[in-house]
Amino acid sequence: MEAILFYTLAAIVVIFAGLTVLARNPVRSAVYLISALIGIAGLFLLQEAEFVAAVQILVYVGGIMVLFLFVIMLVNVRETLDQPKANKQVKTAIVLAVVLGGELIFFLTTGARLFEAKEPDPGIIASVQTMNTESVGTVLYTTYLLPFEIASVLLLVAIVGAVVLSKKQI
Amino acid sequence: MIITPTHYLVLSALIFTIGVIGVLTRRNVIIVFMSIELMLNSVNLNLIAFSDQLQKLGGQVFVVFVITVAAAEAAIGLGIVISLFRNKETVNADEMDLMKW
Repeated sequence: MEAILFYTLAAIVVIFAGLTVLARNPVRSAVYLISALIGIAGLFLLQEAEFVAAVQILVYVGGIMVLFLFVIMLVNVRETLDQPKANKQVKTAIVLAVVLGGELIFFLTTGARLFEAKEPDPGIIASVQTMNTESVGTVLYTTYLLPFEIASVLLLVAIVGAVVLSKKQI
Repeated sequence: MIITPTHYLVLSALIFTIGVIGVLTRRNVIIVFMSIELMLNSVNLNLIAFSDQLQKLGGQVFVVFVITVAAAEAAIGLGIVISLFRNKETVNADEMDLMKW
């Protein structure tokens, strides 16, 4: 059952990721990317990370992709649809990217025995399986409290930066 | 058939490669941004796979941080795209060569 779900979701994600890169129209590209992101959220659910799956859909699909679509509509340029969609270094880039992907997959499959399942602590398993959101919240507000605060400062800087950048006259 | 973390790692390597191809080949800056989001998501998949395998929650917390940084990056990046479009009337990465010597 898990294998069927995994392969279905993996196929969805890979196909829509490819379509995102290949689509000529940016709006279509964004919609394909939304489908790929929802597939990745499904893969998170499959690995018992319910909180992160919910955050993925809320923040990525509901926030970031809406922002993308808004900007695409705002800067919509018709003439780009007739021009070639790839740049001059396309052949070199594809060769290099395929070499990179081959290397990654080769070394991941070669080193697969290092990732064998360890004997996990039963208490931790119970806490992870029963209340994922609560456990993530506890870890986030205790162990990772300082990074959490720094992330909030980062978001504040990003808000101010975005406002300043898109102002007509500073 | 059992699904091991290696399956997730290989899938994430595939998605990352697709993202790299998008960043390196496309001319439209907005699609380049979307490819970067794809690469960030493949890293998230990796972190969740290890979090699930080691039964530790640190990976999931890091995914939350990665999503935060992705949101900040998207806001700033799209702000740059808008101000660039206002000045140069283009979203084509090849024509953005003002700092090229």
